[in-house]
Amino acid sequence: MTLSVTECLLAASREHHDLDDYAGELSRWCTGCGDNAILAALQRICRDEQLAPERTVFVSGIGCSSRLPHYMKTYGFHGLHGRALPVAEGIKIRRPDLDVFVNTGDGDCCAIGTAHWIHAIRYNMNLTVVMHDNEVYGLTKNQTSPTSPRHLTSNTTPRGAYLEALDPVSTTLAVTNVSFVAQCVDWIPELVHDVISAGFHHKGFSFIRILQRCPEYLDGHFDQWKSDPERILLLRHEDGVEPSPELSRIYRNQIVHDPADLRRAQEIASDRDPIPVGVLYRNDDVPCYEDTRRADRHYGPAEIGQALEAEFDRFAIRPANNNHDGGGR
Amino acid sequence: MGNTTLRPQTAPAGTTPIEVDEHVIDVVSDSGEGAQKCGQSLAAIAARSGNGIWTVEIIPAEIQPPARSIAGASGNRVRIGRNRVTNGGDAADLVVAFNDQVLAGRVAAGELKPGCIVLLESMWRDDPDPAIAAGYVSVHDALVADGHPVYEIPMEAECLQIVADARRGKNMFVLGLLCHVYGLDTELADEQVAVALAKKGAAVVETNQRLVRAGWQWAAQHLDVHFRIPATPPKQPQIVVSGNTALALGVMASGMEVCAMYPITPATSASHYLSEAFERVGGLVHQAEDEIAAVNFAIGASYAGKCAVTITSGPGYSLKQEAIGLAVMGEIPLVVIDVQRGGPSTGQPTKAEQGDLLSAIFGSHGDAPKVVLAVADIEDCFYSVITARKIAEAFNMVVVVLSDASLANAQQPFQRPQFDPEWLAPPIDQSPVPDGLAPYDWDDRTGLAHRFIPGQPGGMHTLTGLAHDRDSKVAYDPEVNEDAIRRRSLRLAAVARTLRPPTVTGDQDGDLLVVGWGSTRGAISEAVERVRADGHRVGALHLKFLQPLAPGIGDILGRFDRVLAVENNWSDRSDDPIVDEDNRRFSNLAWLLRARYLVDIDCWGQVRGQPLRPGAIAHAITARLDNERRTRR
Repeated sequence: MTLSVTECLLAASREHHDLDDYAGELSRWCTGCGDNAILAALQRICRDEQLAPERTVFVSGIGCSSRLPHYMKTYGFHGLHGRALPVAEGIKIRRPDLDVFVNTGDGDCCAIGTAHWIHAIRYNMNLTVVMHDNEVYGLTKNQTSPTSPRHLTSNTTPRGAYLEALDPVSTTLAVTNVSFVAQCVDWIPELVHDVISAGFHHKGFSFIRILQRCPEYLDGHFDQWKSDPERILLLRHEDGVEPSPELSRIYRNQIVHDPADLRRAQEIASDRDPIPVGVLYRNDDVPCYEDTRRADRHYGPAEIGQALEAEFDRFAIRPANNNHDGGGR
Repeated sequence: MGNTTLRPQTAPAGTTPIEVDEHVIDVVSDSGEGAQKCGQSLAAIAARSGNGIWTVEIIPAEIQPPARSIAGASGNRVRIGRNRVTNGGDAADLVVAFNDQVLAGRVAAGELKPGCIVLLESMWRDDPDPAIAAGYVSVHDALVADGHPVYEIPMEAECLQIVADARRGKNMFVLGLLCHVYGLDTELADEQVAVALAKKGAAVVETNQRLVRAGWQWAAQHLDVHFRIPATPPKQPQIVVSGNTALALGVMASGMEVCAMYPITPATSASHYLSEAFERVGGLVHQAEDEIAAVNFAIGASYAGKCAVTITSGPGYSLKQEAIGLAVMGEIPLVVIDVQRGGPSTGQPTKAEQGDLLSAIFGSHGDAPKVVLAVADIEDCFYSVITARKIAEAFNMVVVVLSDASLANAQQPFQRPQFDPEWLAPPIDQSPVPDGLAPYDWDDRTGLAHRFIPGQPGGMHTLTGLAHDRDSKVAYDPEVNEDAIRRRSLRLAAVARTLRPPTVTGDQDGDLLVVGWGSTRGAISEAVERVRADGHRVGALHLKFLQPLAPGIGDILGRFDRVLAVENNWSDRSDDPIVDEDNRRFSNLAWLLRARYLVDIDCWGQVRGQPLRPGAIAHAITARLDNERRTRR
């Protein structure tokens, strides 16, 4: 507390952050859990971007995914089930100077928090939202989620899930003001990094769905895709992600997809076999709610006092200027 | 027509006004006929003359109720007094009705005093629809039979001499009538019309001023109704606003910068005004997708900045409970304003009730200590929000401010506030956190901790709704969990240490103490004064802080033979056959005080959707005292 502002600035400017600077507690996720790949990608992005840990906030709801902030050494907010997005919006509204990430799961985002998800797309605040989608409830121990495939057996659907899965990517693409949608699978770490990084660089609400493995409750669920690179469709574009030559040698099933093309993105979005990965949609021209609201203005006591006096004037009853006593004339 | 004995066509010359201490005046019309503007203007003129006033909006529950319907009455009740007026009073002394059906609704609701003077639009008597004409005659005759002086006034015909659409003029004609009846200055009326209609341009102002004068002249020529309510012109500048506007002004004056809300009656008008004005002090209103989003948005804003506020009513408050628990757990300052309405469930959205006290205190699962305070009148709405913000940030706590529908749309003048920079929240701390300081470095004695705000170097931690230790690490350890709960609880004791003992008005000891909270303060003290005038030794205690309770209350309760909690919420009636002392459900505050002070506190209340009236309270007090006397004998 004794540092001067100048000293602080100097200290900040000479500080270089390496990966360890972003590593919080050791993760408690299961071995083989896809959340680990997302965590690694996020820490790399923080390092690559040299984000100041004190100006970075990871916000989450409840679920396996939502433990992630504890494993970062930034500010974190581990709130209520389904409510990460409104908290993140509240943070961002007056603190656009902070980089805000949101980690949410398929239950958190697409079940209990659905209203907030839909409206967050519409607000289009500058948030990087990673939706960890393992297609099952993990933390509460194996229940069917909205993204679970039909016929999946779980503790709540022992005779198989009754309903078709909800598709979060198609849904997001259908909402007013959608500005960034990407998808990836946890077993291609390089691409997980690249799509989240593209989302981070997009100014607006970046929705990134990561299909991830749950070795505990859905062991082998993604094996057929994981073992066959042909069943992954890599979307490449200079405005999206460009895979490295090494990656292209493995994942040869590629198409050029212009993220500006919303109609094409909507066609691709619901494909499950092959799974499309990359940036589906990007539109840099959608206004951000925090900019529209011009919320970063800060008023001092003098300005507030003056404005308040003007409000009081509006409601003032001036005393009558002669000695009316309420009697008749 | 034979029994319409009281239809004087000319006023007896030189009628002396009858001097009265106060009058309750109702102006009722169909929605859209402007009775509210008439009532508000009357109140403003009286206030400028130096009378005490209190206005209550008469609001139909529907947006466009059918014309001429019993449930469709829209308008204003104005209580004008010689002295300061602290509540809406009892029933009306004089009512102006634009049609017989809205009047019938007021009669059925018991809003007219015996002998209440009625000024009634007479056009319906000659309506071409025989059903309407018959309805008018029936209401009229019943009122006359009940002993009401009824004056039939051709409002429509008189207004048509000045404007083409009398629906847009009648209210100002009536304003002129009332100015004459109460001897109010027409120059003040002219000024008031100019202020109220300034936005509509000079031509509209001029027309309306003509209407006011026409009403005044009609009354001078035809009415023998003339009252005088002595007034003392105010020496200090005053402002007159509704309770909800006062809450909103309080938000602006507290230095809070974010209000997140979802529309809900009767709280929304606070956000309407804030939506218009908040940006002028650098704030903003966020209309969220639902109540849960609103409170979480406010929590996010508070976590990363200055304390934020969310404004709601009962159903919204219920929805916010889980998030309020999160703010308690994370020690995030937050102001929650609950403008209560009739409950449970959707209940009576536009009606008054004080039913949320216990859910405000005990709501949210687990042990979630929070500060709960209630506003007593319009002025208090303003200052309470400033106080709430200060407590929230000083103690890192949730502060719930309870208002209710009886204050939401009521108006009362109060001394114009003098802006004090001390009201404002300080800038947020962005300085580096010294080494070794933990995010929950709870003080051993008070449970208070620092608050690390994003942007502060060295303060990085993950705030969590899970049980956690001083470092904000998830805690499964029994010791750590219990210790954290203890320290969060201690902060309420710390707040209590800052409170002063409340004062008793009326008798300081004696037969009966009436205890109340929130919007009933004015009505209770008025009732107590009436009962004291009858020779009873009765005191009134009003509690602003409901959690924690201020010190010294136990001593006060002990000075009286009996204690009666008076509230606008439900308590079982002792005379219901299956109700006894083992199963009787008490009113909210009675539960609280009985548990805290081990005093056998009785309770009385109503849930009629209306503010408690001083007359009804006085009656209840007297009944309790008489009953006591009988049992003693």
